[in-house]
Amino acid sequence: MTNVRIFVTYKESVFDPQGETITEAIHSLGHDEVKRVQVGKFFDVQVDTNQKDVKETVAEISEQLLVNFNLETYRYEIMEEA
Amino acid sequence: MKIAVIVFPGSNCDVDLYEALHTVCHADVEYVSHKQESLAGFDAVMLPGGFSYGDYLRSGAIARFSNIMPAIIQFANEGKFVFGTCNGFQILTEAGLLPGALKRNDSLKFICKTVKLEVVNNQTAFTTHYQPGEHIELPIAHADGSFYAEKSVLEKLEKNGQIVFRYAGENPNGSLNDIAGITNERGNVLGMMPHPERAVEALLGNEDGLPLFRSLLANVKKEEEAAR
Amino acid sequence: MIATEMSSQEIKEQKPYLEWGLSEKEYDYICEKLLKRLPNYTETGLFAVMWSEHCSYKKSKPVLREFPSKNERVLQGPGEGAGIVDIGDGQAVVFKAESHNHPSAVEPYEGAATGVGGIIRDIFSMGARPIAALDSLHFGEINQARTKYLINEVVAGIGGYGNCMGIPTVGGEMTFDECYTGNPLVNAMCVGLMEQKDMQVGRAQGIGNAVMYVGAKTGRDGIHGATFASADFSDEKETQRSAVQVGDPFMEKLLMEACLELTNKHASWLVGIQDMGAAGLVSSSCEMASKAGSGLELILDNVPQREPEMSAYEIMLSESQERMLLCIRAGFEENVKRLFENYGLEAVVIGRVVTGQQYLLKHKGRTVADIPVSSLTDDVLEETSQEKVPERILEAQRNQNWAPQISDVADTLKKILQQPTIASKKMFTQTYDSQVRTNTVVGPGSDAAVLRVRGTKKALAMTTDGNGRFVYLDPKIGGKMAVIEAAANLIASGALPLAVTDCLNYGDPNDPEIYWELHQSVLGMAEACRTLDTPVISGNVSLYNENNGEAIYPTPMIGMVGLINNLKNIIPSFVQHQDDLVFIVGRTRADFAGSELQKLLTGDIGGSLNEVNLKEIELRMTKLLRAMEKGLVESAHDLSEGGLAVALAETTFGTKYGLNIKTTLSGEELFSETAGRFVVTVAPEKKQQFLAEMEDEAVYVGQVTEDKQLKIAYRNGQFGLDLEAAEGLWEEAIPCLMKSKD
Repeated sequence: MTNVRIFVTYKESVFDPQGETITEAIHSLGHDEVKRVQVGKFFDVQVDTNQKDVKETVAEISEQLLVNFNLETYRYEIMEEA
Repeated sequence: MKIAVIVFPGSNCDVDLYEALHTVCHADVEYVSHKQESLAGFDAVMLPGGFSYGDYLRSGAIARFSNIMPAIIQFANEGKFVFGTCNGFQILTEAGLLPGALKRNDSLKFICKTVKLEVVNNQTAFTTHYQPGEHIELPIAHADGSFYAEKSVLEKLEKNGQIVFRYAGENPNGSLNDIAGITNERGNVLGMMPHPERAVEALLGNEDGLPLFRSLLANVKKEEEAAR
Repeated sequence: MIATEMSSQEIKEQKPYLEWGLSEKEYDYICEKLLKRLPNYTETGLFAVMWSEHCSYKKSKPVLREFPSKNERVLQGPGEGAGIVDIGDGQAVVFKAESHNHPSAVEPYEGAATGVGGIIRDIFSMGARPIAALDSLHFGEINQARTKYLINEVVAGIGGYGNCMGIPTVGGEMTFDECYTGNPLVNAMCVGLMEQKDMQVGRAQGIGNAVMYVGAKTGRDGIHGATFASADFSDEKETQRSAVQVGDPFMEKLLMEACLELTNKHASWLVGIQDMGAAGLVSSSCEMASKAGSGLELILDNVPQREPEMSAYEIMLSESQERMLLCIRAGFEENVKRLFENYGLEAVVIGRVVTGQQYLLKHKGRTVADIPVSSLTDDVLEETSQEKVPERILEAQRNQNWAPQISDVADTLKKILQQPTIASKKMFTQTYDSQVRTNTVVGPGSDAAVLRVRGTKKALAMTTDGNGRFVYLDPKIGGKMAVIEAAANLIASGALPLAVTDCLNYGDPNDPEIYWELHQSVLGMAEACRTLDTPVISGNVSLYNENNGEAIYPTPMIGMVGLINNLKNIIPSFVQHQDDLVFIVGRTRADFAGSELQKLLTGDIGGSLNEVNLKEIELRMTKLLRAMEKGLVESAHDLSEGGLAVALAETTFGTKYGLNIKTTLSGEELFSETAGRFVVTVAPEKKQQFLAEMEDEAVYVGQVTEDKQLKIAYRNGQFGLDLEAAEGLWEEAIPCLMKSKD
């Protein structure tokens, strides 16, 4: 078993109102040093590596389901052997 | 002539579409479960609003993998009429039957209110009963209705006349180019965020949605006659 | 986190039950009189939740008996998931309200969302399709970041759940007073519609019949939620504030559709059905058994579990959401399984109805509870509570009431329109889907919401009302006023009030002054309900609404549903045509104690209330309704917070019209809040007929104009107000407060 964390975020050019709102909130707390916040989501996925190459699995499920390529992009980290 | 209203597990405007077509427009309508695999015998397909599969991942994302979806895609590819409102529009973009995507409203909140719209293209099968450039009012009720597409896609939509409805006046959700509803290139698939099915009875205060259903029914009939 | 459970002896010595809300006296009574032995850990837990105020009403029961609960229309009164009222044509309306104050104070989004989820389950457990949701929300003043957070999250939670379920949130109320700052009130009401032949009850009977569990799996969330709702808050007890559940409206949508298919199409399979709400599995199962006088055996290993290693205690007390309990006729278990499978849900047999009257729980091969069913549901020690008239009431009676003096009436009106309790709530209500299912004729922002009953000429009107200020100043008169206000909202819409559901929100009942408030206000409400023939068919009690020892205003919420026999008789609350005549229905007195005017000018409320004449108001309402049914009324709006001046302005908002008014009232009296009054518009040609119908109850005061001006000539002066500007102030007041940085 391998634990993979897949991060899905808006593409660079897409307006992220959540990120903007959170940035404003952070500024209102006095943290002017924070310049930008981008909001995304992550999926912790447990993959049985005996069945298939983990990178292939991640690419397939991301492209088929987890990511909408009209808006979003993704990256992933292989966390550890579980 | 027979119309299908698709029912996904979390559809909740299915009854509204059904009643608009059946009770108000006297059309022959049938509910079709997402578990079905065929649309044989139907002349048009309607995808209702709601939260198809809870929409926890993205609105409409999981509906694309339901049993009925290949039949809907085939139906659309054959040039038959497919209509999606609200969640139905989101599903059509997720399934690739319409370009672009619908993201969270700029306000980040769900918005239910009546908005002003311009009928940009009254030459589609869904809009022939509207006047060109007619201003109408329809209710919206969504959290994810901000239309997004890349610049090249938007240009193509504009150029091809695929933008059918535009917000006129206030843009309630941040949609690019004020887009409220679009068709595919062929013009047989329409997706829109506003709810025409909520605006078909004077009792409820608005009948601006009626011409859409009347257009569709008239054009289905025309096709039928042409085929004969 | 499996606890090493204490033995019976250890429980006796270490008294953990005190923390679970069971008193020493109750524990001893259970040991000596009911069981004649020491209860084990699981059993003690069962008693603690079932004997909590939330489940047993042990403190409020003596008072609740005051309410009328029957008339010829009532098909089901209190005691089931929800009350049911006959609306003719073989149809019935089903409704109930419930508070979720404590969970919402802790985790406002989920607290409010699961409150809505719970009340919806109560409605479909009766076999009815939920058609509308309403709410009644009371928050602190909008001047702190925490309050704004609570408001935003509660509103989002209500919308999030209802919108996803496809049940329109059509109305409600929202008020703001300092006393709710640490303990907001979140009351939700749901209304359902059914065919009378589909009526269901929560009963488990017939030896050998199956007890089936459907819906979400059981986790450790919300354990002791019911007990938690029966204790007050203080900042030191943060850790205790962890018992909050998370809602899944998609799961509930599936559960609702599956249960409705079962109740409406396969009634012969079903013996009883009940929601697993407060105190989860224990409360639903033993109530179902108790109502039928049955014995029950449950095998807890079969309960679908979300977390590993759950103890019997945890399984029984979990308040995981979106679960229902069914009693299914033996032999139909597989049919039920298949029905639920079709919705992607699991239905599991977890026990049977057995001979005798024992409540038997088995877990991992052991009997973990073996107690009489009735000991949990019927044998709770009812408590007689001390009562004492609060000093503030006695003092107010000794003193003269406050008499306002206004120098600039127009300016006062502008300020009052911007008071959050009066100002437009659109920024919140437009986040609710108020139209889904396309039956909403009148949505949020009117006196009452109105929904047509599809396929008939009928419509249902519904409202929620609670004004804690009046009840605080005089519980009995305030209680009457709460019922009058709800009825007036329905009458203004053209509806005949049918029946009432309530949420009784009070402080700690062990405080004799608070118990007196509870008792007196119930007496007032009961008297008004009897006068109006609107029995109380369902409801709930929420006590211990306190924060650091400070109680909220006693705030009973009245939810009322009315019937409109013909869609033609739905009356709008906004003026309709130029030149229509304006009438005030009902006499205005100097009622300023607890008014918006008093709060605006003095920053507080105080004084004593004038008695209300229920019979007189009832007669007036009957006349007005008759005039409406004869087609003599174009619009009607009830006079409430802010009095006549506010009501006049409100009737023009959203229209292109203005008003030209001449009255003998003083400038101050324009803001008096005398109960049971209306502003009504009538077509000029119907004036005589209308006046004949109303006898001396209606006074002509002016007409509708086309110029968007409110012109009022009163006894000692006159003013003109630009209504577009006034409407702007009214609409922007709350968005402005919500945005401002503190």
